[in-house]
Amino acid sequence: MKPPVFEYVSPATLDDAIAALSAPDAGDVKVLAGGQSFVPLLSLRLAQPSLVVDINRIDELASITEEAGVLTIGSLVRQRQAEHSDVVKKACPLMAEALPFIGHTAIRNRGTIGGSIAHADPAAELPTVAACLDAELVARGPGGERTIPAAEFFTGFFTTALAEDEILTAVRVRSAGPGTGAAYEEVARRHGDFAMVGVGAQVRLDGDVVAEARIALSGVDIAPVRASRAEAALAGRTVDDSILEEAAQAAVADLSPSSDLHGSAAYRKHVAGVLIRKTVATAAARARENR
Amino acid sequence: MSTREITVTVNGRKRTVHVEVRRTLADFLREDLGLTATHLGCEHGVCGACTVVVDGQTERSCTQLAVQADGREITTVEGLAAADGTLHPVQQALRDNHSFQCGFCTPGFVMSIYGMCEEKKAGRPVPCSREEIREELSGNICRCTGYQSIVDGAEAALAGADGGDS
Repeated sequence: MKPPVFEYVSPATLDDAIAALSAPDAGDVKVLAGGQSFVPLLSLRLAQPSLVVDINRIDELASITEEAGVLTIGSLVRQRQAEHSDVVKKACPLMAEALPFIGHTAIRNRGTIGGSIAHADPAAELPTVAACLDAELVARGPGGERTIPAAEFFTGFFTTALAEDEILTAVRVRSAGPGTGAAYEEVARRHGDFAMVGVGAQVRLDGDVVAEARIALSGVDIAPVRASRAEAALAGRTVDDSILEEAAQAAVADLSPSSDLHGSAAYRKHVAGVLIRKTVATAAARARENR
Repeated sequence: MSTREITVTVNGRKRTVHVEVRRTLADFLREDLGLTATHLGCEHGVCGACTVVVDGQTERSCTQLAVQADGREITTVEGLAAADGTLHPVQQALRDNHSFQCGFCTPGFVMSIYGMCEEKKAGRPVPCSREEIREELSGNICRCTGYQSIVDGAEAALAGADGGDS
């Protein structure tokens, strides 16, 4: 349970970090952000990099800004910092709802927004939030900056579209406007454990009618899953018990989760349906209050 | 072997030392500084026994590298009691409520509850009900007590953390 031998650099600028990542002799190089998943992987020796590039000193990655209806969260923003941010609560209520489910206070004090997204655990909260909101993931590499839509970012189990020499620098989402409500729920063995199933929902109402519903699930596949058919079933309708049931059934029909020691596939599907009904109802109620 | 010189302040004492870059903060505190009250249970961020306060916030010392603590201020459970041995109010509350049996997890619980009390003093929202305290402490694992007495101790510590309007 001790990390293997590696070389270590802690650059103060993004350019220096990218230079370290893309050096021809870099070898097997890994980025260290909050380290709440990566340092355990080192200790368990599931990761044995030759070089660790610690980005914790790069202050330019640690800001939260909202401009022209777009919320930009730097990848190095600590989860706890985002959780307490009034800007995040207002512009991205779904993220504010999801954050308290991550680990525990001592984990969120250190863990970062970008680290969780780049780690891409399919049971984790922030990738699910990014998928739900069609977030844009901003990456910088030796060739410059590019923006990756969330739908293309999560490519599989702990796997993303980031190249080896790229760093995730920020997450961008459109600010939630009036008439929008969000809810996040998950079922785990204990608070802070990885979810068996998690659901994030955001609903925008026009009058009493759903103008837009967004639903994403964690823990049911190799990457976060959007419940597109459930979203379509809700659009243009008034939220009541029968439409919630219809949406939940539409979503669950598309899922094929695997069974493991935490829960069977059938159980996961059942929980997914329950959580979709619950989160959409709560999100719609909050949207009504937020008009 | 890759090493770095770091300067850290631990329990008020500033030290400059050479560490191997792969050394975790927990191993650094225990092995290099001899501060063995910070315990290691799981060594991968699950059990909470290694919780310390870094720059005023609770963090796991097993999920960060010592080299990352360069320039930062760390408080371990050794740093809480007064110089004359008078227990910190959190320690006293846990002692009064018999909040431990074997004591292995206790340093982590003390630091987590200390963190909650500091947040309360800073005016941030903190758990109030027993249910909320249980949730907040779910990041610390105890295999003896069944948690009842730990929640009692946390409740008492939190009640005393603001001059006592609760």
